Formats: sequence, C-alpha cells, structure tokens
Amino acid sequence: MENPINNLNKLFDSRVRLGIMSALLVNDTVNFNDLKELLEITDGNLASHTKALEEANIIKIKKSFIGKKTNTNYSITKTGEKLFNQHIDALEKMIGRIK
Amino acid sequence: MNEINQSSEDLQAIRQYMEKSSRFISLSGLSGISAGICALVGAILAYPYIQGSKEMLIDDTAAWIIIAKSNFIIFYTWLFWIAVGTFLVAILSSFFFTYRKSKKQGLSIWGKTAKRLLINLAIPLFVGALFLFEMAQFDAYVLFAPGCIIFYGLALLNASKYTLVEIRWLGISELIIGIISLYFLEYGIYFWAFAFGILHIIYGGYMWWKYERNIIEKVA
Repeated sequence: MENPINNLNKLFDSRVRLGIMSALLVNDTVNFNDLKELLEITDGNLASHTKALEEANIIKIKKSFIGKKTNTNYSITKTGEKLFNQHIDALEKMIGRIK
Repeated sequence: MNEINQSSEDLQAIRQYMEKSSRFISLSGLSGISAGICALVGAILAYPYIQGSKEMLIDDTAAWIIIAKSNFIIFYTWLFWIAVGTFLVAILSSFFFTYRKSKKQGLSIWGKTAKRLLINLAIPLFVGALFLFEMAQFDAYVLFAPGCIIFYGLALLNASKYTLVEIRWLGISELIIGIISLYFLEYGIYFWAFAFGILHIIYGGYMWWKYERNIIEKVA
C-alpha cells in the first residue's frame, strides 16, 4: 500500500501556512491584518510565508489603497485549493491508518 | 506514532483556523442575558397599555391624527416608543458584553466576521420591521408579536452560519414559539416576553456557562 506520508505537501509544512490556507479555503479573500490577528504573528513573518506561497502559485495577492493606506488581500488559487485539499486528505489518511 | 499525532494536531489546527476566520466567536452569553432582561422590562412597561388600563396615545394632537387617518399614527403611541427604547437599550447592553469578551480574547470586535454576522442578522430584521410597519397600517396589531418573533427567528437562523452554533438553536426555538403564538393571538405579549426575555436568558446563560465560565476563572 502507498504510504500517505508521501502525499503530504512540504509547502504546508508549517503551522502558519496551515493557518493561511485554512482561512483562505473558507473565505473568498482575507486581508493582511485579519490574517495577522488570526495567526498571532509579526508582519515580517506573515509576509515571508505569503510570499513563498504566492511564488508557488498557491495563493494570489491583490494590493489596493484605502485612502493612503495599502490594503493587501489574499485569496487561494485553483491550484492551491486542489493541493491543500489533497494535503488534508493525506492528513486524514495518516490518522486512519491506526484504525 | 509521532507522525500520526502530528497529523491529528494539524487537522485540529486547520479546523480551528477555519472556524476562527469565518465565524464571530466573541459573542458573549451575557449579551443574551442582558437583552433578555431588557425585553422583560419592556414587556412589563408595555403591559398596561396593551391591557387598555393606560391611554395608548401620547397627547391630543394624536387624536387629531387619528381623524386624519395618517400613516404615522404609530409614532404617537407610547407603545412604539417603549419598543424603540427597549430595542436600543438591549442592543447597547449586548454590544457592551460582547465588546468586553472580545477584548479578553484579544480579538477585534469590528473584523470581517462581525460585519458578516451583523449584515446577515440585519437583512431579515429590516424586512420584518418594514412588513410589520405596513401591517400596522391595516390595524393588524394582533400579528405584531408573532411577526416580531418569527422574523427574529429567521434573522438568527440566517446569521448563525457566521457565529456560535447555539445561535442556530436559539433561532429555531424562536421560530417554534412564534408559530405557536399564531394560534394564541390574545396572549401575544406573553409569548413576546417569553421569546425575547426568557429564551435569551436561557441561551445566554447556557453560552456563558459553556464558553466564558473558564475565561473568568482564569482571571480570578
């Protein structure tokens, strides 16, 4: 039998990235500040993770202005949705193996 | 074994992040209790006017308006202003306790989840208010209590997707009471007091006991 651990995606290998992906899977868009509050991390930390996920074409970043302030919104891509769902399936299979 | 533990922790985290990012979880049970108390006070204040032992109209100009058959006669009744006052005090006190809880949790009260909750609550309430106002033009006051309860139940049911699951059950309870009250129209005020007073206090108490008891114990 195939070992489900092979299906776990290295891209989602951190708690912060799991959080980003979870929030984006259930919301059309989430902005930078809401994500920061959800994950309780610093600006720099969040930005580095979102940048890595964007470069892998997992999430999309859209910047706009509200007055003079930048408003950064994130959303999940089709690829991202597929990969993250596969990742969740793989996690579930890992647990299922003990039964 | 470690991998399995790790996987189940990850899945749990995913579930929590999904919940936290899509639902407004700071809603306080104390808000429910305070809204319930406001409703009971409002019902007690309104009671003599409904029974007819106190004059419903505010002053003599009102008598003139009845003759003129104005659409706005309702604004000249004590009952209307008792209802408005009860509604405002209930909203303010609910807001206060929920604000306090969100501060304790370190969450912002005016985030995306709060906005979604309020919009989805407000739509059926607004439609209901408009509908009842129009019904009042046809003197269908007996349907006022069931109407309030039913539209409020629908509003809660609609908003429950964006907050704690108990709100769904509160909504369904309101709908059941509202439907029953349709068949006992002469007891409207009692059903109203039960739906907005007692049910809020019961659910608020339950939610406080389930979610907030421990927050307070940690502080003490």
